[in-house]
Amino acid sequence: MKRGKSIRDSPDLPRETLLDWYRQMCQIRAFELEILALQKAGLLPGTAHLYIGMEAIAVGACAAMKSDDLLTSTHRGHGHAIARGLDLGRMMAEVLGRSDGCCRGKGGSMHIADIRLGMLGADGIVGGGIPVAVGAGLGTRLKGGHSVVFCFFGEGACNQGSFHESLNMAAIYRLPVVFICENNLWALSAAFLETSAVGSVADRAGSYKIPGEQVDGNDVEAVFTAAYKAASRAQKGLGPSLLECVSYRWEGHSIFTRVEIRPQQEIAKWKRKDPIERFRGHLLRRGIATSNLLQQIDLEVEASLDRAAQFAKNSPPPDRGTAFEDVYS
Amino acid sequence: MRTLSYLEALNEALKEEMHRDGLVFVMGEDVGKMGGLFKVTQGLLEAFGPQRVIDTPISEAAIAGAGVGSALVGARPIIEFQFLDFITIAMDQIVNHAAKLRYMTGGMVSLPLVVRAPVCGGIGLGAQHSQSLEAWFIHVPGIKVVMPSTPADAKGLLKSAIRDNNPILFLEHRLLYAQSGPVPEGTEYLVPLGVADIKRSGTDITVVATGRTVPLALTAAASLAVQGIEVEVIDPRTLKPLDAATIVRSVRKTNRLVIVNDGWRTCGFAAELMAVIMEESFFDLAAPIQRVCTADVPMPVATPLEKAVMVSEEDIATACRIAVAA
Repeated sequence: MKRGKSIRDSPDLPRETLLDWYRQMCQIRAFELEILALQKAGLLPGTAHLYIGMEAIAVGACAAMKSDDLLTSTHRGHGHAIARGLDLGRMMAEVLGRSDGCCRGKGGSMHIADIRLGMLGADGIVGGGIPVAVGAGLGTRLKGGHSVVFCFFGEGACNQGSFHESLNMAAIYRLPVVFICENNLWALSAAFLETSAVGSVADRAGSYKIPGEQVDGNDVEAVFTAAYKAASRAQKGLGPSLLECVSYRWEGHSIFTRVEIRPQQEIAKWKRKDPIERFRGHLLRRGIATSNLLQQIDLEVEASLDRAAQFAKNSPPPDRGTAFEDVYS
Repeated sequence: MRTLSYLEALNEALKEEMHRDGLVFVMGEDVGKMGGLFKVTQGLLEAFGPQRVIDTPISEAAIAGAGVGSALVGARPIIEFQFLDFITIAMDQIVNHAAKLRYMTGGMVSLPLVVRAPVCGGIGLGAQHSQSLEAWFIHVPGIKVVMPSTPADAKGLLKSAIRDNNPILFLEHRLLYAQSGPVPEGTEYLVPLGVADIKRSGTDITVVATGRTVPLALTAAASLAVQGIEVEVIDPRTLKPLDAATIVRSVRKTNRLVIVNDGWRTCGFAAELMAVIMEESFFDLAAPIQRVCTADVPMPVATPLEKAVMVSEEDIATACRIAVAA
């Protein structure tokens, strides 16, 4: 959890930070695998959109967040929530629709939020969170705050009108927003290059005269560096940036998706670019960690997920009466 | 009591609430330098500056989303659509976000967002600038719908809406902007949401009218009184939450009901209120309920056609006579 100082205050990356990134990426992966298992056990109401394969984006970008920064997320939002430090047990309980869920079981996988951590919510509408992020930036400025809004969305959202309206509006008002496009190359069955007139989302930044940068979304340090730069710029009042993090989802669009039209070879190719294995290799090669230490972290992550799953499974279903609460303030 | 126009009353409410609370701000197309297409926000830019009176690009979805996002972080936005018809471009933010975020987060957040827009026709602007879509929003849990008919209600309800912690659709009527009426003095003059007002007492028939149709119903009631028919005119003022109790009490007294609304007849506010009365007061009725609504066609431009489609005073009087004769 990153309350208090962030490493945006001290960009030299201490060893503990890098190990923490490794731990977070493993946590996200383990969380998603646990959800798959719970779904097979028949415990998941509805569906979930898994983040496996994209862990470096959430961890790298959220590492650039300060404690008072804000984020808007997507239907594939577990990774952002975990990287922002939401409680794993309460998240898991939410996904299972239990009373101890962070949204009392009313939001589920697609609507995880924790306003105290500046996590303004995952979003079930593609592109729906982008205008909300603009508003969060505007509201923050009105209140005299210095928060930067990290706005996550997929490449599919870039073809929504809300993307254009929001980036233009953020640019003309110079709002402190970092627009982070997670380009995983596929929107359900629609290939990025068949649905976008330009081959890089980052190129679209030119339409709004804001910086646009494409980075390797499987390289956690590259994502951090780019997000750090964009957030620092936003905080100085220089306005928004557009970051395109290219990655790939290993699983189908959602747990419900039975048909996979993506080429098996392509999936296999991207699995060989596993962002966690890659970062693990870096840590070992650079002597930042020993394999013993990483193994110990793996075990700790496994234990933390066991606890989270146990917490969620033990949490009772919500009382029927709560269905009728929380419509109005 | 002093007299203000409906438009002046709205403007005064905005100014007072912006003075009272620095987190209240206004945004929308042409709301700043121009003071709003219909001048409701006139003078606000000069008084409160560009940080709190924000002219926007023509981007309804982003305007609505900016309202949602800024409300989420504790600001109190008032957004303006120049015509309610334009909200169709922003429906995702209003229906999927504003109305749902409190519920989806288990009550973690509140959304003090006011969406202002004029409704209905009457000035020849045709099918895309004349719609009364209030029923769409009454249908969606999580939104409140307010529709004042007098300058005093316009001011008091807008102030209450701005102070409320929920998303509110505040619907004005262009033909009412110029209407004048008494408005109480004082910055704490408020009209509570969810409380109907009996605009005229009567014993023979109840007429529930909304927005622009309230003055029409009052004129119709005056002419019916000459013929010995005493009409009780009720303005719900907020369509959601609806003060059904006041209407039911009146129907128990008069045993007859006419519902007047500028929305379309099919699945409109009148249809909903009709259902409520059938549930609550079926055995009190001495005659079938009559609905007087906009005809089920898009709004035409030509004046005689527009008149043919929109609710008139004569339509209301005729419906009352039918209900009384039954």
